[in-house]
Amino acid sequence: MNPTSTNIQTDQPCLLEDWGLIDYLQAWRRQQALVAEVVAGDPERLIFCEHPTVLTLGRLGKDEHILADADQLCTRGIPLVRIDRGGEVTLHAPGQLVVYPIVRLDRFGRDLKLYLAMLEQVAIDLLRGFDILADSSEGRRGVWAGGRKIASIGIGVRKWVAYHGLAVNVNTDLALFSLIRPCGLNVQMTSMQELLGHAVDMVQVKKALVEVWERHFKVHRIL
Amino acid sequence: MEQVILPELGEGITQATVACWHVKVGQQVAVDDDIVELVTDKATFCVPAPKNGMVQNILVAEGQPVRIGQPLATIR
Repeated sequence: MNPTSTNIQTDQPCLLEDWGLIDYLQAWRRQQALVAEVVAGDPERLIFCEHPTVLTLGRLGKDEHILADADQLCTRGIPLVRIDRGGEVTLHAPGQLVVYPIVRLDRFGRDLKLYLAMLEQVAIDLLRGFDILADSSEGRRGVWAGGRKIASIGIGVRKWVAYHGLAVNVNTDLALFSLIRPCGLNVQMTSMQELLGHAVDMVQVKKALVEVWERHFKVHRIL
Repeated sequence: MEQVILPELGEGITQATVACWHVKVGQQVAVDDDIVELVTDKATFCVPAPKNGMVQNILVAEGQPVRIGQPLATIR
């Protein structure tokens, strides 16, 4: 098995869903329900949402990756959720575009690395459309611009259907990231807003992402 | 008796780590039930039961690494 992007099954139907601002765990439960539907043969999904501020700890996450203490998080009303995603700690907050693709990995030769790389490429191409030069980085996942991290990835896979996905800092309040050590690394985060010097219209970002998605994942929207 | 094997996860992935078992020794499972969750790179991955039966042995503890193709459990 030597999968390349050329053997991706093309022209798959894909339903677009925008969940708006949604509680993290509620979105997690909705994803689980949709994974079961896609396993059963329903069309793939491309889901957009934003989350109220929340810290999530992936399977490789350790408590020491969270710099804030429990009292501090409690006072600020920021929940900490342990989840079934690869990767370490991450932070979601309004202004960050969260993308949850529910995708059949059978289409990509059941290759987790290829799919993760494709998610990074989607973010890179999305940002390029807004004149932000970003890239992936050898040895560390995510998408980086000017040495700072602008998008994070992490997936879960059940019955060869992937969920979780991609988080792009559009207008995220970057001060919030001082609560964590993102991905267990000493990294600085950035956002489209910080790099461009102005807030970015989320609607335009979603629209651009759909176009990039259709191109990379060879899907056609049926919504 | 059938072994539950860690399948190929993609080019360049040689091993994963057992994140958590969803079953115990002696438990009945149905084909396709997720029985163990592994983690590699930025992905978690659930391995399903290959057949109906009872979990006879769990061969790799949580937190331990496992190579592609290595048996994770046996089901009778």
